[in-house]
Amino acid sequence: MSAPKLERLVNLLLMLLSARRPVTIEQVRSVVPGYDQADDESFRRMFERDKDELRDLGVPLETRPVDAWGDELGYLIPKDSYELPPVSLEPDEAAAVALAARLWASAGLADASASALLKLRAAGVEADPVATAGVEPRVAARDAAFEPLLAAVRAGRAVSFDYTPSYADAARRRTVEPWGLVHRLGKWYVAGHDRDRGAPRAFKLSRITSGVTALGAPGSVTVPDGVDLQAMVAPFDTPATGTATVRVAPGAAWDLRRAATSTAEGDDGWTVLEVPLGDVDRFAEWIAGFGPDAVVVAPEEARAAVVQRLRAVLA
Amino acid sequence: MTRSANRLARMLALVPYLQQNPGIETAEAARVFGVTERQLRDDLDLLFFCGLPGYTPGDLIEVSYEGDRITVRNADTMARPLRLTPEEALALVVAARALAAEPGLSERDALDRALAKLEAAFGSVESRVEVSLDTAGETLALAERAVEARRRLRIRYHNPSRDEVTERDVDPMRVVNVEGRWYLEAWCRRVEDVRLFRLDRVIEAVELDLPAEVPERAASKRLSEGLYEPAPEDPEVVLDLDREARWVADYHPYETVEDLDGGGVRLTLRVHDDGWLRRLLLRLGPHARVVSPASLGEAVRETAAAALAAYGARTD
Repeated sequence: MSAPKLERLVNLLLMLLSARRPVTIEQVRSVVPGYDQADDESFRRMFERDKDELRDLGVPLETRPVDAWGDELGYLIPKDSYELPPVSLEPDEAAAVALAARLWASAGLADASASALLKLRAAGVEADPVATAGVEPRVAARDAAFEPLLAAVRAGRAVSFDYTPSYADAARRRTVEPWGLVHRLGKWYVAGHDRDRGAPRAFKLSRITSGVTALGAPGSVTVPDGVDLQAMVAPFDTPATGTATVRVAPGAAWDLRRAATSTAEGDDGWTVLEVPLGDVDRFAEWIAGFGPDAVVVAPEEARAAVVQRLRAVLA
Repeated sequence: MTRSANRLARMLALVPYLQQNPGIETAEAARVFGVTERQLRDDLDLLFFCGLPGYTPGDLIEVSYEGDRITVRNADTMARPLRLTPEEALALVVAARALAAEPGLSERDALDRALAKLEAAFGSVESRVEVSLDTAGETLALAERAVEARRRLRIRYHNPSRDEVTERDVDPMRVVNVEGRWYLEAWCRRVEDVRLFRLDRVIEAVELDLPAEVPERAASKRLSEGLYEPAPEDPEVVLDLDREARWVADYHPYETVEDLDGGGVRLTLRVHDDGWLRRLLLRLGPHARVVSPASLGEAVRETAAAALAAYGARTD
């Protein structure tokens, strides 16, 4: 943006912000430096673009009748809609906000949170990110699909994209009514209603292999009440329905030890653990990974499943 | 947002910021806004010609420099910044919610209070974007305190690659969260190097009555590219994965991946310590085959046979 244009935009903003009554387009033209030299046609084009630029930044530039008859329209930026509302944060609250603003590591929402923090600081909130340097949370959103999906989620529009699930060879076109975006353990998912399957589904953003196309009118997606987005992206965390007794070798199988609800030392140096048990097949897969360092004692069903898995390795 | 729109957005925050902080050093203001001092001065130069209709000296925004300090006056119309856009409010609130859900974080209470105030001021933000961080609870609280107080910690740490627990004295540098997991970055006195300790793998931690001594040569790890950077000298492993095991490529850094007939892939990766890989191969069972080195495949089969023996099961 050229310097004259920036100047013009700031002056237009200041004029409309300070006006008590709507300003007509002719007043704008005669008052704001930079419009006066343009001919009718190019002035209109400039003014339209300038209004769009301000509105894109979130400036509430309103069109209102100039007088009670309503024949002529003018422009105004109501100060109370423009200004950041008063926020009074204690020093520790301001530091906490500065910490939160650092969460977004790259792309995605990083720019938005940086500019949000600047606005708060410009309103006198002492939120200096340097003050909380001892804690460094970082959530990245590098997937190209993140921004278009976020826009669709916020606008309430359906989307379509090519998707290659890990078990399939080829990408297929999917059409989804997105309910939200969820980050879990380094991966982003979009969760929503899958129109092709007619059921709720979650899709990993890293497996979207095309651009994202938004479909339908804004507001056409309705999010069902009480939907649990986190649960939709963690389908494998099946709730435990019982416990298994597992013997583990000295100094080994620490992941199991940490998951145990109770621990007893056996007299042979091995430790006997009670471990939450949900889906038997997934449990058996997990136990098989420890090899001879973890042996299921009970229930018999889980024991048999582990033996079957280990036999499959030798098959 | 385009760069020029960014510049306009910056100026709309800069004017009230400088009014809030009269006489601020140019360098400090430039740091806050993430620009060079030259850029900051260019922005301010524009303001010389901005003001209210009339544009007489009394109407124009006044920018004055005293040495390397700046003061902005006569800009009451822009005394406050523009309100947050919905995206800005969302970015801030979602991040604050994610962190406030961590019980071990000392800022949790302040985050909750700040969230309540922000939502009261800006309106509530729908939870259409959610970030879930792994919780680390008490270990995180202890680690954060030690970073702040610069105290040495003694930890018992589970190295999952070797499935062993070692005791180490560490000098804390910072607490980080990467890809949803909490880590303590510290100078490890056992290996005399900087290490990241995943907090849920810390079996036990105690604060010692000793100050942390982080050597000057200790450099924080760059976290931008993720945590694991396989070294080129690490041994190469080639695996054939069935369709059912293709997900492995999503979770482990690899060198190359090629499609195989039947929907599987051939994955080439570099592995420093293959303990985790052996466990992974035991879990994948018939859905993964070791192409090379042959010794790895043999080791996995031997481990499976030993495990079956522990169940009293026949292996023939």
